[in-house]
Amino acid sequence: MAIQKRQGLSTLVSLSKSPMGISGLDKITGGGLPMGRPTLVCGGPGCGKTMLALEFLVRGAEQYDEPGVFMAFEESELELQQNAASLGFDLAELVARNRLNIDYVHIERSEIEETGEYDLEALFVRLGYAIEAVKAKRVVLDTVEVLFAGLPNQGILRAELQRLFRWLKDRGMTSIVTAERGNGSLTRHGLEEYVSDCVILLDHRVADQISTRRLRIVKYRGSVHGTNEYPFLIDNNGVSVVPITSLELQHAVSTERVSTGLPRLDEMLGGQGYYRGSSVLITGTAGTGKTSLAAHFVDAACRRGERCLYFAFEESPQQIARNMRSIGLNLEPKFKKGLLHIEAARPTAFGLETHLAMMHKLVNSFKPQIVVVDPITNLIAVGEKLEVDSMLVRLIDFLKSELITTLFLHLISSHEQMNLAQAGISSLADTWISLRAWESDAEVVNDLRVLKSRGLPHSNRIRVYTFTERGLSLSASDLTGAAPSAAQPDPAQTPNGKKRAGVGKHQRTL
Amino acid sequence: MTKPAATSRKKYQLRLFIAGATQRSMNAIQNVRHLCEEQFSGHYQLEIIDIYQQPARACAEQIIVTPTLVKQAPLPVRRFIGDLSDTARVLGGMRHESH
Repeated sequence: MAIQKRQGLSTLVSLSKSPMGISGLDKITGGGLPMGRPTLVCGGPGCGKTMLALEFLVRGAEQYDEPGVFMAFEESELELQQNAASLGFDLAELVARNRLNIDYVHIERSEIEETGEYDLEALFVRLGYAIEAVKAKRVVLDTVEVLFAGLPNQGILRAELQRLFRWLKDRGMTSIVTAERGNGSLTRHGLEEYVSDCVILLDHRVADQISTRRLRIVKYRGSVHGTNEYPFLIDNNGVSVVPITSLELQHAVSTERVSTGLPRLDEMLGGQGYYRGSSVLITGTAGTGKTSLAAHFVDAACRRGERCLYFAFEESPQQIARNMRSIGLNLEPKFKKGLLHIEAARPTAFGLETHLAMMHKLVNSFKPQIVVVDPITNLIAVGEKLEVDSMLVRLIDFLKSELITTLFLHLISSHEQMNLAQAGISSLADTWISLRAWESDAEVVNDLRVLKSRGLPHSNRIRVYTFTERGLSLSASDLTGAAPSAAQPDPAQTPNGKKRAGVGKHQRTL
Repeated sequence: MTKPAATSRKKYQLRLFIAGATQRSMNAIQNVRHLCEEQFSGHYQLEIIDIYQQPARACAEQIIVTPTLVKQAPLPVRRFIGDLSDTARVLGGMRHESH
């Protein structure tokens, strides 16, 4: 079982593994559960043990040609079918096709009288019979601990359970044994003593009224595995785990550039825009046009035929579309073509981890080239600093590894303008664009500058911009210095010919 | 084995589930036969099921332990697990609420 090589999580090991078919989990286990051996899945009530186990069987039957047996001690076949339907699994159909066998083991303690020596041979026979019927390769026992309440003699039970796990191993069954979490121990009845090849701990925590599911591989004998706690989701597509870690800083980088959608801004970034796969931070006070800047980027990307995923934490998709129409950006056709998807959610609806898991899942299914998070501010408000930092790192790592160019919009109040380095956000961003609004005489002037841009000969100039019916319009000439000032508007940038009165008179010739 | 019921007493319907011809199975069979003849002679019906031969019945009747003696009638249903060597317990359970 020796580990041959250490290569992060994708290490080659001599242990053969049975893929679970659960996205993310196969990644952190380095390929799945130990083949032909039992795995213990433990956790408190409602943490998702049964769902995880069910999906293991369903995926096995559907994707890996490994039929399964579900021995249910707690729920009847009908109840299981109903529960599985909520994950989008049709158990009845699998049973009808002989890909799955469900045996509901019911024990009525009040009927039972102990009258001498016995063993659990009948349970073995039933299991063997069920396995034989579908030629099963996978077995789930959920939750075998029910036997402890049903049978009086614990000594016999323990010996027999030990025999059962060995029996499963001898038959080469890749199995999941579920167990309730105990006080101060992994399982209430110490099953971890018998099932020790692989132990997965599930957790369902509620902090500040927001719940988050987490998963951890406690033990995986003979295999390298991710040791962190990973957030996971259970929704209508089953279980998904977010296997993002910051173990490595080794994502592939691209030298390809993507236009910001504004030729003048491209110019400021060395001529061609952002690097593909880089993370871009856009900060600004309220009303400085962060969303507009992002919309230009999205618009340009969609025109190139790229797919964009927009996470909106403040506005509904309809509202964003309407507002962007007012500055001449029509997003509707992009929705229709399926190139743009706006996912709107209230930041406080879930915990950070759950947000992360959902974003991860959507990115995996939508496969965008561009992701916009508008704004990240609200997410930051949900969690504590350390948590936020780690989540952002994981999110950015993940997006970078997929070579997705990401725009993070961040709303700041005017006095924290330059204080962002503390928040840890700026260090994660490859490019940082700051938008400002300031008053000059009787009007507000907006300016933009590139505070940093890794690997790009970016402009250190400050440029004034205005909102026109055809989008954001950046002035051609630069300004330097911290003093609020504005530049001569460039007629080329106002194609509709609309004069941006007022801006010009503040110009300072350079 | 069964004789026509001579009395007005309810007929005992018993099923004994065993797993193969082990010593424990034999003991259970012997114990149940002895007890039935002694206590319910003439008004009991005993079926012996080897779950190795009929595994489907183990599922259908929710058997997890062998030997298990199931008293189907008279109600309530009782399950006696073990080799039935504790005759007092078996009898107590059989008689319990059976009239």
